[in-house]
Amino acid sequence: MAGMADPVVVVQDLALHYFTRRGPVRAVDGVSFELLRGETLGLVGESGCGKTSLATAMLAMPAPPGRIVAGRIVIDGTDILSLSDEEVRRQVRWEKVSMVFQGAMNSLTPVYTVGRQMSQTLQHHRRTTRAEARRIIERYLELVGLAPEVINRYPHELSGGMKQRVVIATALFLEPRVVVLDEPTTALDVIVQAQILNTVKELKRRLDLSLIFITHDLATEADVADRILVMYAGRAVETASNEIIFGGRACHPYTRMLLEATPRLREKVNELAFIPGNPPDLLVPPSGCRFRPRCPFAFDRCTDDPTLREVAPGHFAACWRCG
Amino acid sequence: MPEEPVLSVTDLSMHFIARRGRRVVRAVDGVSFEIRRGEILGLIGESGCGKTTTGRLVVRLLSPTGGEIRFEGRDMAKSSRAETAAFRRRAQMIFQDPYASMNPRFRIRDVLREPLAIHRIGRTRAEQEEMVRRALSEVKLEPAEEYLDRFPHMLSGGQRQRVATARTLILSPSLLVADEPVSMIDLSTRAEILSMMKEVQRARGLSYLYITHDISTARFFTHRLAVMYLGRIVEIGTPDDIVDRPAHPYTRALIQAVCEPVPGRVKEMRELPIRGEIPSASAIPQGCRFHPRCIFVTRECRLAPEPGLVEVSPGHRTACRRWKEIS
Repeated sequence: MAGMADPVVVVQDLALHYFTRRGPVRAVDGVSFELLRGETLGLVGESGCGKTSLATAMLAMPAPPGRIVAGRIVIDGTDILSLSDEEVRRQVRWEKVSMVFQGAMNSLTPVYTVGRQMSQTLQHHRRTTRAEARRIIERYLELVGLAPEVINRYPHELSGGMKQRVVIATALFLEPRVVVLDEPTTALDVIVQAQILNTVKELKRRLDLSLIFITHDLATEADVADRILVMYAGRAVETASNEIIFGGRACHPYTRMLLEATPRLREKVNELAFIPGNPPDLLVPPSGCRFRPRCPFAFDRCTDDPTLREVAPGHFAACWRCG
Repeated sequence: MPEEPVLSVTDLSMHFIARRGRRVVRAVDGVSFEIRRGEILGLIGESGCGKTTTGRLVVRLLSPTGGEIRFEGRDMAKSSRAETAAFRRRAQMIFQDPYASMNPRFRIRDVLREPLAIHRIGRTRAEQEEMVRRALSEVKLEPAEEYLDRFPHMLSGGQRQRVATARTLILSPSLLVADEPVSMIDLSTRAEILSMMKEVQRARGLSYLYITHDISTARFFTHRLAVMYLGRIVEIGTPDDIVDRPAHPYTRALIQAVCEPVPGRVKEMRELPIRGEIPSASAIPQGCRFHPRCIFVTRECRLAPEPGLVEVSPGHRTACRRWKEIS
């Protein structure tokens, strides 16, 4: 596929550091990837690996004290890091790329109806009459599988799944090319999770979207993501198609161990595997390969920092043992 | 004669009165189960199904509005103060949130010594200190010196859940109620905590009530599984019964909804054999409580009295009158 479809997002050598009193925490430390048109890229890794930081960078809005210190992000032809704050607000955020933040469904304002808070976002970007705004909102509520009358409801009258749908509709109605979803199903029950995943897949097809789907759960990625990007300690360590990663051909030890630690319902096991140790402190990342201290396959060469290289067509890994 | 179960719960209910009596929330609505010595019973279901309330009732953090809880042969409702105190020692709980369940101003030593002080265990400080160290080593926090003087915020989520486990073990309980003990812990260490818990369980012959929404983990961690829906157990059996041969339409939908790390699913829509959303526990449907969401519903399911648990195979029971026809 690579080379044929053109990328809608290009990220090059991106670094986002948090400037704390103790020094810079290198949450994202030299990550490059592309998102192809119509593709869902699954971003996985343990908490603290930099997935959410990377997502905030995509909207050029790192949370303080974070700053993007290096790299380039081109979305739909626009180099977003070269723009002023005002230009980003007008031309990029929600226009080209929008985001479903983790836990956003619990950040809906309890005192406003769904319609009122959605139209605030809408009118921030578009000059519409009230009737027009209402039509747009109702249309998007329907698209995400909600009844149009939800427009008059307050958040407390909605279930978790319904609130998440409202948040997704709000991310979509300015017709962005790219949507970043950060753990959109994590706090939901299994059945609701599966329903939301179905909705996300359908929306992607109907609206011709490209998605970045972030979660710590590989099983969820297996369900939605065309391609997987595994992050560890601020770096991309492996990226490959769904078929390669879940078809037993992942090669980075971290990816493989993460897969083994993922429970499988329909397969009987007595003990699940786990990854000993903890991810490193990103104030002082280990030299060489950052997974080395936890890696059972580490050898001399791992004191040299491995970079992401193509080990098979379309399959990239940052490990000396691969390929 | 079979050994008496550690815990036996009969027709347990917990009805909360809300809005000054204008609404009754039937959080737990007629639940019966037993846990044998050395057994891990998993209680699974979606949020709001009453599984956490059931756990809280079992350790008496709440007093039930109906039904009976027998623990090691004694009826808890009729026990004396001294018996209740002893019970509280023998039935312990591990909470979901390891960040909220510990006093942030206590050092780990004090976290573990507090239950000893409450139950007046250990005559001297030295004796207590020895017990604290033993408990830490049992949950693999070694050497103890490394941890004794730390505060909870200096530990990872996994380490805190180990401390929470040590805090219960120090009282030599026979039953542990673990409410989503690993749901807030990173996937990479989840299995490590569960295998530690299982090791402790085997070594001490403990019984667990393991409450979770995560069926995949429950399958390998438990000996038996009970599926709850809207305040009731709708199916109970071995993990294989529940996962490979689910009889209740709700269990089937649950199993169907679980994602697995296997390729080839991206282009497919997942079929979910269930309708609508879970109703409120203050408006439980008449007849079979699952009927508005059931794809196999008949007139009888709506109108006839609610079905009780019937045997599907030895040890496997379900609360569906149509399980045979639909299987």
